[in-house]
Formats: sequence, structure tokens, C-alpha cells
Amino acid sequence: MSSLQTLDITQRSATTTPSPQVRTAGVEVAKLIDVSKCIGCKACQVACSEWNDIRDVVGTNVGVYDNPADLSADSWTVMRFTEYEDKEQNHLEWLIRKDGCMHCADPGCLKACPSPGAIVQYSNGIVDFVEEHCIGCGSCVTGCPFNVPRISKKDNKAYKCTLCSDRVSVGLEPACVKTCPTGAITFGSKEDMLEHAAERVVDLKERGYQGAGVYDPAGVGGTHVMYVLKHADKPEIYAGLPANPAISPLVGLWKGAFKPLALLAMGVSALAGFFHYVKMGPNDADADEEKSDSTAAHQEQK
Amino acid sequence: MNIPNQIPRYSDNERLNHWLTAICFMLAALSGLSLFHPSLFWLTNLFGGGPWTRILHPFIGLVMALVFAGMVLRFWQHNKLQDNDRQWMKQWRDAISNREDRLPEVGRYNAGQKMIFWLMVVCIATLLVTGILFWRPWFADAFPIVVVRIATLLHAVTASIIVLGAIVHIYAAIWVKGSLGGMLGGTVSEKWARKHHPAWLREITGK
Repeated sequence: MSSLQTLDITQRSATTTPSPQVRTAGVEVAKLIDVSKCIGCKACQVACSEWNDIRDVVGTNVGVYDNPADLSADSWTVMRFTEYEDKEQNHLEWLIRKDGCMHCADPGCLKACPSPGAIVQYSNGIVDFVEEHCIGCGSCVTGCPFNVPRISKKDNKAYKCTLCSDRVSVGLEPACVKTCPTGAITFGSKEDMLEHAAERVVDLKERGYQGAGVYDPAGVGGTHVMYVLKHADKPEIYAGLPANPAISPLVGLWKGAFKPLALLAMGVSALAGFFHYVKMGPNDADADEEKSDSTAAHQEQK
Repeated sequence: MNIPNQIPRYSDNERLNHWLTAICFMLAALSGLSLFHPSLFWLTNLFGGGPWTRILHPFIGLVMALVFAGMVLRFWQHNKLQDNDRQWMKQWRDAISNREDRLPEVGRYNAGQKMIFWLMVVCIATLLVTGILFWRPWFADAFPIVVVRIATLLHAVTASIIVLGAIVHIYAAIWVKGSLGGMLGGTVSEKWARKHHPAWLREITGK
């Protein structure tokens, strides 16, 4: 879904020339999810489904509170519940992380996408899928370091959280932020959110959570969805949140220098063939012998 | 006008098999290249747009692998590398400079042709396996993401190599007059055979 104007697009998939650069006054936004305040009510999931008018099929209970059990083309955010046993402190903690697109500053999905303009990044940092240009190849899934995009079984298009780019473009907060009853999700400029997060970290540390911190991983250039974690020193305990996410070097190699060089090699070899022909002429066995016959005849005349 | 002696080189089925593979290869290469680099995305128009290209490419590749398997069964015995092939490879400069008289005597195929054959075997097998590993929506979800990533990278690298191989193969057919006729009509002239494949000519005609 893409509802912002083209002047707000700063990055576009499968596009080798720069996007419009004239508009520079944009503010980078961020959604801050304070995991320490989340009660796991799933109101954000409902708000997401409501605002975006998507209804996932009713699934079955898989023995945990996660419902639905995973992100899907129809569920763009999912609360992931983890029962974490802290062996040192000898206590049990219930960790609840709202999972969904992190809106990376350096998006692996956008880098991997082969379809021009199917994935865009706005000047406010939001990464959006433009389904009408999506060809359903799944390269975004291959490129994403957070395992977020999902290909719909109905239409083979890729879907994920839009950070409510349609709402944000008209000055509203995302639907999940609007609905959160505990204030665990806040939205604003990235600068403000980082400041707010820092205050929360101080507070959590005072309460004894020495590992508290902000999750804004540098490996993907920072994200526009950030977490406040009580255990930021071990993010993996939050249902496998990667400690150092980055675009896989395999994807970097695939989409980096390799492809232009391969194209160059193809062009050069075709050109080399052409010039070889120009220099050598055809390799024609029939003509060769005619030539040698006539040379022989010529010599006989002498 | 005297009609040159024509020697049968490829049977009807061998030619059909070759050209089926060639057509599949061109379609697979064009559809693949269209998603290979943004500058070639316009090639998706040949296949009915982006989604259709994504849908068709793997099926074209699958058909290509199947018909190519037929080629392998037909021709692998003629492409076994022999001792004098090593010497031929060392003298590749003579081969591309139209000094074939200096090269070791060539049988049905020269060392360069054999190398192309085996390159195609390795590349098409790799493309088939890696392609299935990230074929959406059917198979990709069944494999761990790291496998999908390795497969995607290998597929792109192998595709580049096979395209380079195909350029060499096609150019050789353009340069060496009479070869294309052999694959189209099935026969080559005696002079062609004597110049390019003397050992083969002796083997089949005793001359």
C-alpha cells in the first residue's frame, strides 16, 4: 500500500537512479514499543486488522498464547509470548513482544526486490510494499533479516505492516498506537522516541533491570520500530529477536557488485565475439579449399 | 555446379532435441535476466509482465532441464575427455585463430565443445536444484532461509556462467560456417568434416 506522494519517496526497489531529492524537511518517525509495559491484550492486533480491513482465518490453539501463531499476509502484527526462566535470579518472566516489520533504515527487502517500485521507503523512514507492482517472487522474504514479509496464498503478493503509512501521511498515529491501553506503544519523531526510550531505560535500571536498553540495531542502519527491553543485553530471549541483525552477506553479494559485473562480462564476451569475426573472418572449410585450389592453379600457371 | 559431399552428423531426433533445449534456454535466459538486474526488467514485457515472468520462468527451466537430460543421454559418450584434448586446450590460441592444422586431430567434438557440454551439464543441474529451493509459492517455504539465500545466490552466479557459455557456443556456430547447417539440416560437407573433425570423418567413412 502506498499513499504518500512521490516526492516523499527516498528509496525505490530495483531502481538504479536516485529518487526525488528536493524535499528535505521531512522528519523521521518511529514507533516505540515498550515491552516492559505490554500486557499482551492483543488490542494492537485487532486495531491493525480493523484499520487495514484484513481478516485472517480463525486458527487453532497451538498450546501457547500466540494467536495467530505467526505473522501472515492477513496478520501484520503478532504478539509473541515467551516464558523466560532467569536461572541466576531464580524467577520466571513472561516476555511479550509485538512482532512485525521493523522498518529498517537499510531495508533488506527493498534491496532484494527485483520489481521496480514494488518496495519504497519514504523520507519519514517507513518502508512500504506497493502490491500492484509486486510480482510475488518472494525475494523480500529472502532479504529480510527479521523474517517479516509474507506472500499471500490468495494473490501471491507480499504483505507486511505499513506502519499505517496512510494514517501517518495525514498526521495520525498508527492504529496499534492509537488503541494500546497501557501506553506501551508510542509514536513520534525518531528523535523524540529515542529520548523517551532513554528515560524509560533509566527508570527500568533504577528498578533493578541492569540489562535494560533500547533496541535500535545499527546493523540495519537503525529501525523505525524500536523496542524498550528489560533485557536488551540478550534480545534473543524475546522470541528470537536477533541480537545483531544485518542484511545477510549472501544477499549483499547477490544484489551487490556481482550483477553489474556479470552483465558487463556478458556484454564484453558478445562484443569480443563480434570483433573476433571482424578480425578473423568466417571459418569456412569449403571456401578454404577453393582458395587453396585457386592458389595451386595460380602457381601452376607460373 | 557440383554438390558437395554431404555427411550425416545429427539425426532428426538429435536436432529436435537440441533446438527444443535451445528455445527453452532462450526463454529461460530472457525471463531470468529480466529479474536479474533492473536495467533488464523491461524484458518481462515479453512474457506478459512481472508476475507472469515470475510464474513462467521456473516451468520453462524445468522443461529445459528435462529436454536437456535427453541431450546428455544422447551425447555424453561423444564428450568424454581424452588425452589429446589437454593438448588442444593448451593450443586454444590456434583454435580461435583458424590454425586448426596445428591442433591435435579432432574427433566428433573438439576439447572446447566438450568443455561447453560439461559446463552445460553442471550449470543446468545446479540451476535446477537451486531453482527448486526458492521456487515460490511451491517449495521455498519448506527450506530454511539460509538455504534459500545460498540457493538464490548460486542460481544467479550459475545463470551468469551458463549465459557466458551460451554466448561462446552461439558465436562458435556463427564463426564456423557449416556448423549451423549441420544442426539445422543434419548434414555437413566433407570439407567441413575434414577440416574440423578429421578423426570423426575417418571413423564414419573410413576416408
